[in-house]
Amino acid sequence: MDSHSIIGTKNKKGQTFTDPYHLFFEAQRIPSFFTGSEVIKEAIRRASVDLMVAYPITPQSEAAALIGELYAEGYVTDYMRGENEFGVMSECAGGSFGGARVFTTTAGPGTMRAMENFPMWSGARLPIEMIVTCRGINSPLSIQPDTLEIYFLLETGMLVWHAETAQDFYDWILMGFMVAEQPDVHLPIAICCDGFFVTHTKDVVNLTPADMCLPPYDPYRSPVPCMDMECPPVRMMRDPFIMKSNYISYATHASWQQEVRAAIERSRKHTIPLLHGLIETENTDAEILIVSSGTAVSQGREAIRLLADEGLRVGLVKIKSLRPWPYHEIREATKHAKHIFVPEFNVAGWMAREIKSTIPDSDRVVVGPHVAGGMTMPPEVIVEHIQRTLGKSVATLAGRGS
Amino acid sequence: MSKEKIQICEEFFDIMPPEYQALVTNATWGKEGRGWKDVGVNKELIEQHSLCAGCPESMAFRYILASLPNPEDTVMVGSTGCTSLVFPHVGVHNIHSLFGNQNAIASGLKRALTLRFPGKVKDVVVLAGDGATVDIGLDYTLQSWFRQEMFTTICFDNELYANTGGQESGLMQKGFVAKMAPVGKKFDKVRLPEIAKESGCVYVVNCTVSKPSLVEKVIRNAVYIAREIGPTYIQLYTPCILEIGKNSMEGLQEMRDSEKPGERFAYKEFISDQAKAFLADLAEKEKAKKASAKEALAQA
Ligand SMILES: Cc1ncc(C[n+]2csc(CCOP(=O)(O)OP(=O)(O)O)c2C)c(N)n1
Ligand code: SF4
Ligand SMILES: [Mg+2]
Repeated sequence: MDSHSIIGTKNKKGQTFTDPYHLFFEAQRIPSFFTGSEVIKEAIRRASVDLMVAYPITPQSEAAALIGELYAEGYVTDYMRGENEFGVMSECAGGSFGGARVFTTTAGPGTMRAMENFPMWSGARLPIEMIVTCRGINSPLSIQPDTLEIYFLLETGMLVWHAETAQDFYDWILMGFMVAEQPDVHLPIAICCDGFFVTHTKDVVNLTPADMCLPPYDPYRSPVPCMDMECPPVRMMRDPFIMKSNYISYATHASWQQEVRAAIERSRKHTIPLLHGLIETENTDAEILIVSSGTAVSQGREAIRLLADEGLRVGLVKIKSLRPWPYHEIREATKHAKHIFVPEFNVAGWMAREIKSTIPDSDRVVVGPHVAGGMTMPPEVIVEHIQRTLGKSVATLAGRGS
Repeated sequence: MSKEKIQICEEFFDIMPPEYQALVTNATWGKEGRGWKDVGVNKELIEQHSLCAGCPESMAFRYILASLPNPEDTVMVGSTGCTSLVFPHVGVHNIHSLFGNQNAIASGLKRALTLRFPGKVKDVVVLAGDGATVDIGLDYTLQSWFRQEMFTTICFDNELYANTGGQESGLMQKGFVAKMAPVGKKFDKVRLPEIAKESGCVYVVNCTVSKPSLVEKVIRNAVYIAREIGPTYIQLYTPCILEIGKNSMEGLQEMRDSEKPGERFAYKEFISDQAKAFLADLAEKEKAKKASAKEALAQA
């Protein structure tokens, strides 16, 4: 299907296939008060999704079930509950191999259970969109927010974006399909948010009109053939590479992995205009910076306000895309900073590690504060961490109660 | 997709790979009554393979490809194992993704093809080893049957993990000494055909590939039934001659020995009433078609 000639026509629900730029930047926005889960539903209502594969796991169960309602209403063409997340991600792959626009959601242990599929998705160039509503993956069992699972996704060859707010989430779910499906990208995308903090809180989100939707996926705008027997099946090779221990085999595997990484980089030119850059910055001329992604950024914003009250000027870098990694953008944004704080919702402090490996003079990076296992990160914790690092005496949080 | 759609323009014909030239000039796509007798004549039915010399899988593969009723609109799904050495040579679209997830892939694939091509037949056929079907992939095999996903599952049962060097598998016979079964396998061969029936398959066959005409009939039935009625399962004995210590020429005899009455691969079939009625109806229509063709010929 030619996705250009279809613009302006209507789907079976009466929605008009709309030029994505018009939809994102010109169409009317309607302020609505929704939970993050409802926001996922509203985005998918407008996303011309062919197949959604669902499986319950907190905190994405509600969203996955709400999309079932969209299927019942006819907004999503096919919908099924998979048997477990490994199966779910393979069912998604089958749908995508067959040329469908495929969507799924998962979290925490589900992400880990499915893991073998993700490098396969990217190697097979399947532009599946997966929402990850992050939760803990440790034992004993936890359902609480925790971003450790994102770290495991970073080298799967997927695009990985990390939303801060429900508004990010709404826009990025729609934009994500458009970037992932570009022929020179054609990769799966994980759009992550912090579970509960985003999924289960209500926020005002500006929605695009419900009678407009994305153009459908065109599986023939792809770097690899769609598995539908509508183009010639070719004998791929006489000797399958898997069995060969020779240079051609190694070079083929190595260069394809490089190509997947190159495709991630090529996504920049599509993503930057849509997301207005891979990072967002405020006052990067300040000596102190807070750099992070997800809701840690929101907490950072509050901390910056509290510190301003005390006369301390602190700047902010919000990282929106983790893959591609905004290497040059982060180097540029942090070049004046003397102290770089990286608040995180995980025990590992992986974001701090990524930033350390990106910038010169990496001892400017102060790891933390990081909380884990579902703990919240009140802005005061960030304030205290900054003040303590700067050698200021601070009243401890515990002390305040007495 | 018909052959006409993929014709090569005259100017470029000579520079195209011989496989492609043969596909557009000589493939059996769309040929009435295509079947195992086309093997050896048509390149698209696997000219060469990279299995061990004499491996019965190589013949099984060819018979199956020759028997597909609709190869021009069939997509196959494989898994890791010896079969994955053959799939790159196969002249229909085929997917290898991971080890054991083949029925999950096929579930998503069949749904995608159904929603994208309403009113058109697109067959999906899974072909995987016994390790893939019964051990690592059992959950996905069974769940696709429970869900009544409309495709055929074929298992190449060589009673062990061949591709990794001959380890114990669930379909291995009890007592067989193998890698990872150093004192002999301690439990019975898993009875997947019976499980398939209980799990919702409407047509189940357990046999060897010693008789190509039988394989042809069974595969055609399985694909037709999966199109209209429900999931179908075919378990074929394709002995791993390498791991059981046979020579290249001994595969056929091994299959003949194990399909004798009372042996574990004696022909077994289950067919639901609905599927049986469907096949009878199909045969009736076929007969009527032949009769009217004969009549037309006589009048001409
Ligand atoms: C997740 C995973 N585990 C293990 C393997 C290793 N592996 C590759 S093929 C194979 C055995 C295949 O056995 P079977 O399905 O019976 O096929 P056969 O080779 O016997 O035809 C195994 C264990 C793998 N590729 N992936
Ligand atoms: S290892 Fe066994 S199953 Fe595999 S190709 Fe050789 S004989 Fe056939
Ligand atoms: Mg085997």
